[in-house]
Amino acid sequence: MGETPQRSAHAGTGGNPVTEGHERPAGASARVAEAPLRTRTPDENGMGGGGALPRAKAFGAERAFRALALAAGTAVLVIIAAIAVFLIAKAVPALRANTENFWTYEGWSPNDSQPKFGIGTLAFGTVLTAALALLVAVPVALGIALYLSHYAPRRVGTTLGFLIDLLAAVPSVVFGLWGRDVFVNPVRDFSAWLNEYFGWIPLFGGDGPFGRSIMLGSLVLAIMVLPIITSLSREVFLQTPTMNEEAALALGATRWEMLRTAVLPYGKPGIIAAVMLGLGRALGETIALAMTLGITFGISFNLIQNGGNTIAANIANAFGEANANGRGALIASGLVLFAITLIVNITARAIIYRRREFTESAA
Amino acid sequence: MAKRVDATNVTAYYGGFKAIEDINLTVEPKTVTALIGPSGCGKSTFLRSINRMHEVLPGARVEGSLTIDGQNIYDRDVDVTAVRRTIGMVFQRPNPFPTMSIFDNVVAGLRLNGVKRKSVLAETAEKALRSANLWDEVKDRLAKPGAGLSGGQQQRLCIARTIAVEPQVVLMDEPCSALDPISTLAIEDLMFQLKDKFTIIIVTHNMQQAARVSDRTAFFSIEKTGDPGRLIEYDNTQKIFSNPAQKKTEDYITGRFG
Repeated sequence: MGETPQRSAHAGTGGNPVTEGHERPAGASARVAEAPLRTRTPDENGMGGGGALPRAKAFGAERAFRALALAAGTAVLVIIAAIAVFLIAKAVPALRANTENFWTYEGWSPNDSQPKFGIGTLAFGTVLTAALALLVAVPVALGIALYLSHYAPRRVGTTLGFLIDLLAAVPSVVFGLWGRDVFVNPVRDFSAWLNEYFGWIPLFGGDGPFGRSIMLGSLVLAIMVLPIITSLSREVFLQTPTMNEEAALALGATRWEMLRTAVLPYGKPGIIAAVMLGLGRALGETIALAMTLGITFGISFNLIQNGGNTIAANIANAFGEANANGRGALIASGLVLFAITLIVNITARAIIYRRREFTESAA
Repeated sequence: MAKRVDATNVTAYYGGFKAIEDINLTVEPKTVTALIGPSGCGKSTFLRSINRMHEVLPGARVEGSLTIDGQNIYDRDVDVTAVRRTIGMVFQRPNPFPTMSIFDNVVAGLRLNGVKRKSVLAETAEKALRSANLWDEVKDRLAKPGAGLSGGQQQRLCIARTIAVEPQVVLMDEPCSALDPISTLAIEDLMFQLKDKFTIIIVTHNMQQAARVSDRTAFFSIEKTGDPGRLIEYDNTQKIFSNPAQKKTEDYITGRFG
């Protein structure tokens, strides 16, 4: 601040008060001190508004914040680039050493002297479990969110909302343990029942054993993504302008019709974003699936037989015993997972973007 | 098409707070009735009681009887949604559904009634938009979002949406308070045309507007903050603005109070 001297210091010297005197808002005392000077400059009217505009500050809080924000933004890019370079550098040698087709081979033996591994089964399992989890979780989550935001008394809504948020704070390893040791029993019984009566549907076919199946993994996953989807959707539903809800009611809508006419369409971009966040968690979930799935390498739509595996679960299970090449193979699988997540996110963005004309004016 | 509205001893509460007390008032078919009075005097509350929108707020309830051509809309076996279809409402701020196109906004009420035929929807939409004096301005962009229109156009869109379901009574809660003078004029002109078919009740803070558009005027007031609003005087608009019977009314319309 050395270049912006105090006004009072200037006022008595008769220096160049007109151009330099307005750097800061005039304090009362400074103005009094300056008063005799002003009478000498004919342009001044004594109100403090005369003279040239103050120069912009070369350095100040504004610029410092801007630089800080820019640095933070750049850091993200640098970190992402560094991770990408690292992953690719580690993955490429392993992929070169692979003696089978990385995309189609059904199995994972990257530690052998003749490494054989394929991503197909893992990617399939990842997408299948995540999709099933969302299929179960999204309707339930939206139902809970609508109940909390529009049906429940305020106190009940707040309490239940808090409990749901609490569910999101449970560590995934706890879900995994619970799924493996407790939840597996009802799922096994249900699977056997499904197999008995609906065994003619390939999804529920097979001769067992049942339990540690895609179904168990997906259901545990569904419970895990439920809170995040519920909590975000609830926020979005609560933001629906009252005047839009009243417009629907005044047209003779029932409560459900009002939700369908005003609340759900208004919340659609938010719902999509919430589902995408849930999907992100489902695709990346590691330890709960590593503990609940049967861990087999094969592509099958059978939901109830022991089996299933995902990219993240495979990394957790195989990393401990992996040699250099094995780690490279796992990193390559991680890259594929990254690509899947990226595609999912881009798709979601595209969906939201296409409807922007109707959502931007919603504010 | 238009029906008589009869309020007998209507008292409305917000939880424990009594907002209006013992309102007795009869609105004749095919007239425009203006409700005027200072802020907080309960005129909007009374308006919202007429189509049972008051009870939408948590803890809000209405006592007394309100009849539409003799039928009490607060009877136990009356379907609320049917009441609101019969008695349409236009709100203070234009509130088209932001996610819907102009066309979808106009036919939203019909769709709620289960009308699906495209030809019926298109026909009704055009009719309603013409009645709202909006057709010429929007006929080439019916698929565009309703929220993209100007404020005055949005309000006329909301009027079109309300009259598309052919209600008997149209309630307007300060429909012009968010609009510029030209849009206000357009809506006032519209009211003149609409009263051929509908019974119109309008809440307004603008006394010139009440004098211009209404046949009858009801003046509401409160003794002091916290007291329930009461109907002070209800008469022909001409009479209210030239020779009111009550001192309070005179004070209000001449600007000495409020």
